[in-house]
Amino acid sequence: MQDAFAVDALAQPAAGPVYDTDEFVQARHQTWRKFKRHRLAITGALVLVLTVLGAIFAPWLSHFDPNAIDPHWQGQPLAPGQFGHWLGTDEIGRDLYTRILFGARISLTIAFSVVIIEVMLGTLVGAVAGFYGGRVDGLLMRLTDAFLSIPLLPLLLVLSGIVAATSSKASLNFFSIVVIIGLLSWMNVARLVRGAFLSLREKEFTEAARAIGSGDARIVIKHLLPNAVAPIVVQATLDVGGVILLESVLSYLGYGIQPPTASWGSMLANAQENITIAPWAAIYPGLAILVTVLAINYMGDGLRDAIDPNVQ
Amino acid sequence: MLNYAIRRLLQAIPLLILISIILFTILHYMPGGPLAPYMQNPHITAADIARLRHNFGLDRPVPIQYLSWLGKYLTGDWGWSTMNSTTVTEAIGERLPATLLLMGISYAVAISVGLILGIVAAVRPYSLVDYFVTTFAFFGFSMPVFWLALMLQMMFSVHGLHWQAFGYQVDYSLPSAGMTDTEGGGIADRIRHLVLPVVTLALLQLANWSRFTRASMQEVLHTEYMRTAAAKGLPFMRILFKHGLKNALMPVVTITALALPGLFSGAIVTESIFAWPGMGRLFYTALQQQDFALLMAFLVVSAVLVVAFNLIADLAYGWLDPRVKYD
Repeated sequence: MQDAFAVDALAQPAAGPVYDTDEFVQARHQTWRKFKRHRLAITGALVLVLTVLGAIFAPWLSHFDPNAIDPHWQGQPLAPGQFGHWLGTDEIGRDLYTRILFGARISLTIAFSVVIIEVMLGTLVGAVAGFYGGRVDGLLMRLTDAFLSIPLLPLLLVLSGIVAATSSKASLNFFSIVVIIGLLSWMNVARLVRGAFLSLREKEFTEAARAIGSGDARIVIKHLLPNAVAPIVVQATLDVGGVILLESVLSYLGYGIQPPTASWGSMLANAQENITIAPWAAIYPGLAILVTVLAINYMGDGLRDAIDPNVQ
Repeated sequence: MLNYAIRRLLQAIPLLILISIILFTILHYMPGGPLAPYMQNPHITAADIARLRHNFGLDRPVPIQYLSWLGKYLTGDWGWSTMNSTTVTEAIGERLPATLLLMGISYAVAISVGLILGIVAAVRPYSLVDYFVTTFAFFGFSMPVFWLALMLQMMFSVHGLHWQAFGYQVDYSLPSAGMTDTEGGGIADRIRHLVLPVVTLALLQLANWSRFTRASMQEVLHTEYMRTAAAKGLPFMRILFKHGLKNALMPVVTITALALPGLFSGAIVTESIFAWPGMGRLFYTALQQQDFALLMAFLVVSAVLVVAFNLIADLAYGWLDPRVKYD
């Protein structure tokens, strides 16, 4: 977590020859202080850490198997508290608490993987557009505009539908969902990076780097990118929450993670039909989504306040 | 201004062509393509498929197919919906009114409530309303729409409302699906069916817009001209609405215009859950039935709406705010 603050827009740490250690350390402390002041952001970060720990240690936090049907199950979902299922079971007798923990593994891994893909793709497109400018920039930005104009959810559904129809629904696995969402969500990062690069490439330190004979790649990686990290980090944080929501909608509609694998969205896929007999199966997975995304959004908001030099 | 509008319109054309090429390419790789629904039919032989493929022109090179699709699309021939056995335009025309009704009402509710909440929160910062608006906005961003819909259904349809008032026992529950009762029903019945989907759609939008109105209004409240108006001794309400709101609304108009096309695709989830017979549900069924022409039409129409409302928002901003200069 703290690494996110290692590079700060205020500090310009990797700005080549003008590197002032004291100033950098000071700015870094200031960022951390501002973030700490944001109590909700701290709470959010804590909740997220707990969720991640819950996902990692899922098998040790419950003695049930996420896909096993309870031997006591006789056609009716078990209510919370019955036979040690403290959140109850779903309509076919699988322990809800365990499935939420194991679902966190899938939902969070998808979210983090998608954000890694989107940041890489977006940075690549944005960096090329912002650094070279001119026609390359025009072309790449028109492409970005085009992708931004297509409503995301319908397009995601169509793409998942294509994958599901090519072989079977079961092929809609973790990997294909990550790739599909990742390929369609790089646009905001690309715009951010392009904007940052357009102004950074005119800065004196870029000129200085060029004067001492640095090549394009070196300038981009060593001098421009480190200065554009702050806005990317904020966007990426908020997008983790966004992707959790997207994956849950896709899985809920039957075009995401397929049963019996538990993701927070796929756990809700049958919740509507069973809402009268197992209301708990509708409530808890949704609460898990809400609490996690809320935590991420508060954290992202705090990060933005801490990093943005305009907000005091 | 007119020059600017025309130039923006001309820029929109290559953008829309690029979008349609992207969409056409993606849908072209749908397995079986437009013929997928026929392939599942055991009475249709491979020879029939080949003949259909030739008759529909699907054996031609993809760029040629795209151009022929584009020509037809522009002249209003949106193709044949295999799932409905009607033309796509008829299928959409049949479903559009229900969606427009739902969208229109939830949009109106969201704007009016969002504005009021935002203004109150800006005028009384750090009050209860202010905290509510800020917290509510975060919940709005973080809430899975379908889960909110499920919870509302559980509270108001499955459990219903039961309370005692003036010695009477009130038991009331709202319908969770459809647009009317089986017998049809009148206007009261229609309203009963609208409540839950409208609340679902409106809550999330107004969470966003109240926060935005608050920010915009607060900025305006600290301007010189507001202080001047107050110094002149104008009544508070007059300053607030005549001087403040008018200026604070300008960015709000932009953001609400930009959100409008999003409602169209946002309807997919809400309409599916509430079995609302609109465009969103049509899209969802078309997806399951691999109805190529319908999916393509839906995606292109939503993209056109996004581009159009981007343009409208830009122009509206210039029209509302004379300080904005176009070159």
